[in-house]
Amino acid sequence: MASTLQPREVTETMLGFVRTLRAAGVAADTGRAQAFFAALDTLDVTDPARVYWAGRVTLCSAAADLEHYDACFAHYFSAHPFRSGRSPAPFAVSRPAVWPAAGRRDSGGDVAAEEHAAAASDVEVLRSRDIATLTVEERAEVARLLAALATHRPRRRTRRTAPARHGRLDRARTIRASLAHGGEPLRLLRRDRATRPRRVVLLVDISGSMSPYADALLRLAHALARGHPGSTEVFSVGTRLTRLSREMRLRDPDAALRAAGSAIPDWSGGTRLGTELKEFLDSHGQRGMARGALVLIASDGWERGDVSLLGAQMARLGRLAYRVVWVNPHKAQPGYQPLAAGMRAALPHIDDFVSGHSLDALERLATVVTGGRADRAREGAPRA
Amino acid sequence: MSTTTRAAHADITTPEDLAALLDQRDYLADDGVATACFLALRMGRPLFLEGDAGVGKTELAKALAGALGGPFIRLQCYEGIDAAQALYDWDYPRQLLHLRAAQVAGAADTAQLESGLYDRRFLLARPLLRALEAGDGARGVLLIDEIDRADDEFEAFLLEFLSDFTISIPELGTVRATTPPVVVLTSNRTREVHDALKRRCLYHWMAHPEFDREAAIIRRRLPEATSRLVEEVTAAVQQLRDPVDPGADLLKPPGIAESIDWTAALMALGARELSPENAARTLGALVKHREDHESVSRRLSALLNGHEATR
Repeated sequence: MASTLQPREVTETMLGFVRTLRAAGVAADTGRAQAFFAALDTLDVTDPARVYWAGRVTLCSAAADLEHYDACFAHYFSAHPFRSGRSPAPFAVSRPAVWPAAGRRDSGGDVAAEEHAAAASDVEVLRSRDIATLTVEERAEVARLLAALATHRPRRRTRRTAPARHGRLDRARTIRASLAHGGEPLRLLRRDRATRPRRVVLLVDISGSMSPYADALLRLAHALARGHPGSTEVFSVGTRLTRLSREMRLRDPDAALRAAGSAIPDWSGGTRLGTELKEFLDSHGQRGMARGALVLIASDGWERGDVSLLGAQMARLGRLAYRVVWVNPHKAQPGYQPLAAGMRAALPHIDDFVSGHSLDALERLATVVTGGRADRAREGAPRA
Repeated sequence: MSTTTRAAHADITTPEDLAALLDQRDYLADDGVATACFLALRMGRPLFLEGDAGVGKTELAKALAGALGGPFIRLQCYEGIDAAQALYDWDYPRQLLHLRAAQVAGAADTAQLESGLYDRRFLLARPLLRALEAGDGARGVLLIDEIDRADDEFEAFLLEFLSDFTISIPELGTVRATTPPVVVLTSNRTREVHDALKRRCLYHWMAHPEFDREAAIIRRRLPEATSRLVEEVTAAVQQLRDPVDPGADLLKPPGIAESIDWTAALMALGARELSPENAARTLGALVKHREDHESVSRRLSALLNGHEATR
């Protein structure tokens, strides 16, 4: 990878930068580092702005990387200044704001202050939790759920076509078959639009009030994700929105839950359901993830923030999604009334309202997911 | 490959040269865009562009084609797109006619019939094949738009194409690009594009432009607009996009495309400056959601006054 065109010390400085970047969590592998050095060969390496952009386009691969990249760049090159002689001044590149949807909450000092004023319990509890312990019976339950979930799921028609008995004429296959008969198209072969499993998006509330159920719900998420890895998305919702789809794709449930445990920064913290839902819709849902999908929200609806925001976002979600299923573990308690303000605001926009307090209940939920509205009559449908 | 690249673009030796060429095509590239395109050109790697809708990803590809003087070929991805729509397809009606003609002429040799059937004249070139065949002299630009809309099977298929710029047609042989096109991929992030594809690309996140650049872009696109109108429009749009501004919580913050549209709409009404009245009448060119429409019109005068105060 070492460049032949650069002096040795430049190469070493740049290698050190790549290593720093890796330590900061940017997946700058050898291939990317090679691209970085190839890029430096074509540019003026004494110009900090050139190095900044060369590194940014070659070493980063997602919008989430850019924040780390900027921080590493500023930090590393303040310790290793550019030996150009003509720009000894500390390096400053005007960094454009990245990903406004994500930055909105963190960067706005006023907004954050307001939220803290409105809800004292909204303090982010940034700690990881070890959820690696599963009993043998629980494993068996997971296996059962998996078997139930792996096969069935509501389907939708795609634009992709597949050979079929009815439908459009399949000219390619007809011609190919006709060659066997000296060019006589004896049989007309056809193709029609295929069906695909619908995308399932799961938003799991991992705030303090939901902590007894969070493990079971994440196990359900893993079962769903393993059944259809390509069309399942999992997020944890608390004080931060964390995408867990990648972690949930691990084969071993223990490993998946461990990975999720270390990926979630806000275990058992507060809830900002409305804000989180808005962030989900802004950065993922509206762009296409929620469109035509089956969206599962697992939460008790204890919203301490502004409830009208949650109502508005649920309405938005209801318009985008194929169906919205709300899983509330507290629903199973005798004499349950949806008294939590957030729950009340969300109810008009929910298609199915089910409980998820035990593994049995989760299995019932699985039938709602796979078989459609089987449980509506028993569980009671909020929306006529 | 790099020698031909260098020969064709001997005049582009720094990102500034490229920026100047893009400028001639009315695309005002910032430092990041210019460097990213320059590296894509020099290193022969695809450029993977991400950014909010309306920041000018597609425009960049078009301008780049103009700057290089080559053809611009666009492949719009959608769900269910397959090789027949991206690479090539056989012209089946013509093949059937050919079979009939051969039958009437009395040809019965199946092998000969088959080889005649898969002739280049029966091949319909789709965007990817066209991009390979078009690169004659000047380098073309192949835009693979909204790759995230295609299925992941299609991504895997693109991998092969992007790594060696060849297409093998079983019945005809391998088609190779004489000068490989500059490939620009865009994504709106409706789903995560596979790492293997990203690894082959240079990644660039396009942010919204800052005040001066946006005003310059609008001025360039609409030279007849008064400079007061351009500045007021830019200030209002920038404020709507500002993540720190608590009121501007829009479902879809306007992009540059929208600010140009808005200015054009205001000019069509004969406006020389922004006023609450003409802004309210033309708001449909700026925001495209009912909720956004309501929230912007509610604070329209504050939006315009805020600009007055900062000037």
